[in-house]
Amino acid sequence: MGGNGWKWLLCAPALVVLVLAASGPLVIVAIYSFLSPGNMGGVTWEFSTEAWFRVFFRRDIFEPDLVTWNTANLAIFWRSVWLSIQTTVICAVLGFPTAWFIATRSPRSRPFWLFLITIPFWTNLLIRTFAIQEMIRNNGTINTVLLWSGLIEQPLQMLFTDFAILLGMAYVFLPLMVLPLYAAMDKMNLSLIEAGYDLYGSRGAVLWHIILPLVKPGFIAGSILVFIPAIGAYVTPRVLGGGQSLMLGNLIALQFGQGRNWPLGSALAMLMLIVVVVALVIYLRTVGRSDGERRV
Amino acid sequence: MSERGAFSVTRIPGFGLIAITTFVLLYLPIVILVIFSFNEGLSQSVWEGFSLRWYEAAFANRQVRDVSIRSLWLAGVAAGLATVLATLAVLGTTRVGRFRGQTMIYALINQPLMVPEIVTGIALLIFVASIKVQTGYTGMGYLVAAHTAFCIPFAYLPIRARLETLDPALEMAAADLYASPVQAFRHITLPLMVPGILAGFMLGFVISLDTVVITEFVKSAGQDTLPTYMLGQLRRTITPEMNAIATLFLLLSLVIVTAFFLITRTRGR
Repeated sequence: MGGNGWKWLLCAPALVVLVLAASGPLVIVAIYSFLSPGNMGGVTWEFSTEAWFRVFFRRDIFEPDLVTWNTANLAIFWRSVWLSIQTTVICAVLGFPTAWFIATRSPRSRPFWLFLITIPFWTNLLIRTFAIQEMIRNNGTINTVLLWSGLIEQPLQMLFTDFAILLGMAYVFLPLMVLPLYAAMDKMNLSLIEAGYDLYGSRGAVLWHIILPLVKPGFIAGSILVFIPAIGAYVTPRVLGGGQSLMLGNLIALQFGQGRNWPLGSALAMLMLIVVVVALVIYLRTVGRSDGERRV
Repeated sequence: MSERGAFSVTRIPGFGLIAITTFVLLYLPIVILVIFSFNEGLSQSVWEGFSLRWYEAAFANRQVRDVSIRSLWLAGVAAGLATVLATLAVLGTTRVGRFRGQTMIYALINQPLMVPEIVTGIALLIFVASIKVQTGYTGMGYLVAAHTAFCIPFAYLPIRARLETLDPALEMAAADLYASPVQAFRHITLPLMVPGILAGFMLGFVISLDTVVITEFVKSAGQDTLPTYMLGQLRRTITPEMNAIATLFLLLSLVIVTAFFLITRTRGR
């Protein structure tokens, strides 16, 4: 059937655009993280590991030999990871019953419930974040209702806190947890659950020993799908988090705006990419392992 | 264990309640946002009567009109280009057997899905900045290229799914009837791929409309799209005009998503 040249030819236009406007620039970021910052943004072409050094450490202004941890950067890094883990857990706790609910509807009504989950997924992330902002601002819906009911005397400060970021991220990323969980439950063999009850398993035992292991691949896929955009979040912390509650994405953006340190921003972006790759590798390895289990 | 008669293996106590609560929580903020777009007064949390004044204000706002038109134009162009490129790539990678480099092609196509938008955004900022210095070009080309690349994986998936379900016997029948490969493609394969191609275009369109971070870092002065305009406004004191804009925007997404669902659902039959 001739060579494979025509296959490459058909793919070439898409690959050219992808390399130019998606993958290629990432290589430039990697290179920039090893250059020196220019005066007005940009870089000067001198090799330097200073940017990577400054991601983790800081030098004393008066005694350059005195090196301490860069606690400001590390705190933001840790906050991003921690908020992303919390978001993933919240999505899992709410997403599991929701996916179960959809999977146990009659086959006729299932598409409707799936559609309900999918709509928010395809509506603009910014609009959904804006909707959350409206709910939790000081004169927003929640505070208005609480004040009116007399439960509180002063509005609760929810906007511009870590709680707001957490709420916003769980809200926008929840469908990403529900859909893979549903996919896993859809394939589940119900007779295994029946067997569990026939053998006098309690509801808790059946849930823990039969259902959870069966939907584990869905949990892993959902966790990755939630964790990756959460660790990369920029819009949600910017709109809901305020100046004090930065995440890694905002710290990166800062280096290309007011901060004007492109190499540092590039190094931080590479760090984010490394976290994502590590998460993906963990995902692929656990999926590979649970596939192996199933074959046994 | 007392409910002998009504025992169902799929029932887990409390799950239904959590699920319904989740659905309510998912829609409540959006519903409230829509309701207050019709508010007579300035408040977004105290109802003061029905009015369309914020819609009138939104339509009269020149800047809103400009950024909306730019968003729709960009989404149309980028999704259109991405659909053409993705269709070609699907034909090169689907139903053709495995070949060397296929994994790399998949990795490149799916890469925009894996990398956080902020990383792609600053990467493009750096790249575009150096091209601007070299060429002096500051037009919409950068945004078109960035959005097209970002839309390709989303357009690729439904088109590929469609081609995979096509029966090769149809093309063989065409060949038996002395159709040339080009004729068979033109009159059999391509028309059958149309639902997938349409779905791919719509997905790309919605994704382009949704993209805010990449646009924010790639755009030059005066190239705001509706999302970057909204992002800028959210930091200020906002009026229900923003609710009205968001509601119209939501309506557009809803129409496209519904159409997408209808197209992809009829596919299976």
